[in-house]
Amino acid sequence: MTSKSAAFSVPAAAATAAGPGTDSGRALPDRDSHSHSDHGSGTGRSGQGGRGGRGSRGGRPRARRSTAWRVAGFVVPVWIYILCFYVYPLIANVRMGFQDYSVSSFYSGSAPYVGFANYRSVFHSPQFAGIVTNTLLFTLGSLVFQFGIGLALAVFFRRKFPLNGVLRSLLLVPWLLPLVVSGTVWRWMMYADSGVLNRMLLNLHVITHPVPWLVSTTWSLTAVTLVNVWVGIPFNMVILYGGLQGVPEQLYEAAAIDGANAWQRFRRITWPMLRPVTLVVLTLGLIYTVKVFDVIQIVTQGGPANSSQTLTTYAYNLSFQQLEFGKGAAVGNLLILVAIVFAALYLRSVREPEGRNR
Amino acid sequence: MISGAPGRRPATTGVGALAVASACLLVLTACGSGGSSSSSSGAGSGGVLTLNETDYYGSAPQNTQIQGVLDECATQVGGVKVVHHELPREQLMPKLLQQASSKSLPDLLLVDNPDLQQVASTGGLVSLSAAGLSTDGLFPSIVSAGAYQGQIYGIAPGVNGLALYYNKDLFAAAGLTPPTTWDELTADAQKLTAGGKQGIAFSAVGNEEGSFQFEPFFWTAGADLKTLNSPQAVQALTLWKTFVDKGWASKSVVNWTQADVDQQFAAGNVAMMVNGPWQLPGLNAKTGLHFGTVPIPVPSASAKPVTPLGGEVWAVGHSNAGREAKAVAVVKCLMSPDRASEWSKDAGYIPSNQAAAAQLGASDPQLQAFVTEIATAQARTAELGTAYPKVSTALSTAIQAALAGGTSPQDALNQAQSQAGS
Repeated sequence: MTSKSAAFSVPAAAATAAGPGTDSGRALPDRDSHSHSDHGSGTGRSGQGGRGGRGSRGGRPRARRSTAWRVAGFVVPVWIYILCFYVYPLIANVRMGFQDYSVSSFYSGSAPYVGFANYRSVFHSPQFAGIVTNTLLFTLGSLVFQFGIGLALAVFFRRKFPLNGVLRSLLLVPWLLPLVVSGTVWRWMMYADSGVLNRMLLNLHVITHPVPWLVSTTWSLTAVTLVNVWVGIPFNMVILYGGLQGVPEQLYEAAAIDGANAWQRFRRITWPMLRPVTLVVLTLGLIYTVKVFDVIQIVTQGGPANSSQTLTTYAYNLSFQQLEFGKGAAVGNLLILVAIVFAALYLRSVREPEGRNR
Repeated sequence: MISGAPGRRPATTGVGALAVASACLLVLTACGSGGSSSSSSGAGSGGVLTLNETDYYGSAPQNTQIQGVLDECATQVGGVKVVHHELPREQLMPKLLQQASSKSLPDLLLVDNPDLQQVASTGGLVSLSAAGLSTDGLFPSIVSAGAYQGQIYGIAPGVNGLALYYNKDLFAAAGLTPPTTWDELTADAQKLTAGGKQGIAFSAVGNEEGSFQFEPFFWTAGADLKTLNSPQAVQALTLWKTFVDKGWASKSVVNWTQADVDQQFAAGNVAMMVNGPWQLPGLNAKTGLHFGTVPIPVPSASAKPVTPLGGEVWAVGHSNAGREAKAVAVVKCLMSPDRASEWSKDAGYIPSNQAAAAQLGASDPQLQAFVTEIATAQARTAELGTAYPKVSTALSTAIQAALAGGTSPQDALNQAQSQAGS
């Protein structure tokens, strides 16, 4: 039961990014049919008004028909929106991956189909293996540390202490800041000569020489991963904290009576109870991280010498710096494929715990 | 929870209707953008034609000049008003391509000269040679940069190049004279690196800007863009790598744009820098800074510096005959010798007219180094045409691999060559 309530809160929070289309499309008619419960939304209230037959027009069938119209009025725009801004660009991008889409194609509107030539050329380019490795390292590093630190903070904030709420809200700041702002500030902090990060580490005697965060091919990937971890901690913390709320206090009390120490309580109670939430957080985190663009673009632009280039920034680079739109689209399609695979895993991980509980 | 006000129901129906209406609007604007909606902002009231102009001048002095110059020419042509639009540098090309796809390129556009051939290859530009624009007396390199398939599509009133700026106070204190050869440059960079100051600065940022800064050394050594891994190219990259490895130039050069380099020089942190004439107005305004300019040093005393030709060219987008004629008239006005010289001077550029450039060089010692070099400058697209952006990306990547990674210049350039050829 408890795990269900936790799992339920997560997709609600995440629906906007992961599956805006299907979720919101379904949510509208659902909500209207339950319109007696006061969701407080526009649809809910209008349903009340219609059934109550208030006003001069109130015949029953007519009201129902006008409700149907109103439902359509809300659903149809959503579908049109999805078709225009999700389906059409997606199909266009898939198609573009098979075309030699040059600069002149923009004006003439036609581009010759070249089969898998774009994919072949991308796979065989000398930097591709490095970029895939970067993407994997970046994603893995970000996930491990975001989740680990997020979990530690969530467990920490479960305890009651003064200013708990204030501190917890302060930790949300990285999430609220526009990425352009936090990315730019991190870039300044990471400058080798004048950056505050090196100055601090030097003064604390953690390092003896300034770390060339952004100006060395060995450090740049670490630098962007560090920034991305910082950005991602609040998301992980909030959702895991939400999950922890669903773990009943009695379990801990019972365990304490049985003489379990803190680690055992975490290992035997917290961790298994959090499992469904963990799955969701990790899959969502993975989808978010694979597609991270702004952080890298702002902090290092994928450089120096492609050392922090991931598939997303590479796709941008191919399309808008080298103006090879077909190849850029091909790389973009690879990302779509990755996202689809993990979105499917995500949907399964959301469904399963609910089904098990029934 | 439910307010129950009598007026509630019509209000919510209104919300539904609004949702439908806004969706229709979305459809119209989003999916319906394929059609041509270009000439909608056509002739205004009173017979005054509004022309749209787009450029990427984001900083002084160029962006403060441009509107005034355009207004003057609009008045001279008569019956037109030119509206100035400014985009960030990296957004200009994507935006222009998007406009090309909807057949709504601006009437007047100012693009970086190595990008001109790309834009021209869309077929969206008006041929300026067919429109009767003369290129007599202009530097041949700028004419070739503006040409695509034998026609002139872009033309520049002023151009720029790169030279070596040096801090006179620091040179005097060290008892040095400005370098002319690579050996002198290396020796000076070493001697001037002291007391927290570095000998030299340049931009090795990972895009076209980095390639542009490297090309004077690359070309002067005798390398060409078709063979990125030639011994001459390796020699040039080795020179840059030595500066960074020895600490005579900051490791941060891989992140510095030309504006960042200029700031370091203006602050007195570096004794020499590679930069363009557009920095002159800003540097001259800084009190307490004494500097001079010399041509880029060459490998041996007998060699001549070959620098890349910089600067933006005017082009005219296709619309209808009436608008195109007016836009071409505005370009002709911008290109008239007096106006071109005046604008170049204010913007920190060199007039593209050879006679005007020579005159300016003779009167202004700071510009002399640039004027000398522009006579032998090379258009970046001269060798490769529309293939240039790809090669430039490969080259800037190689520079970064050598300067920021442990890669040897030879390996970095070998990889660049295979990347450019793929």
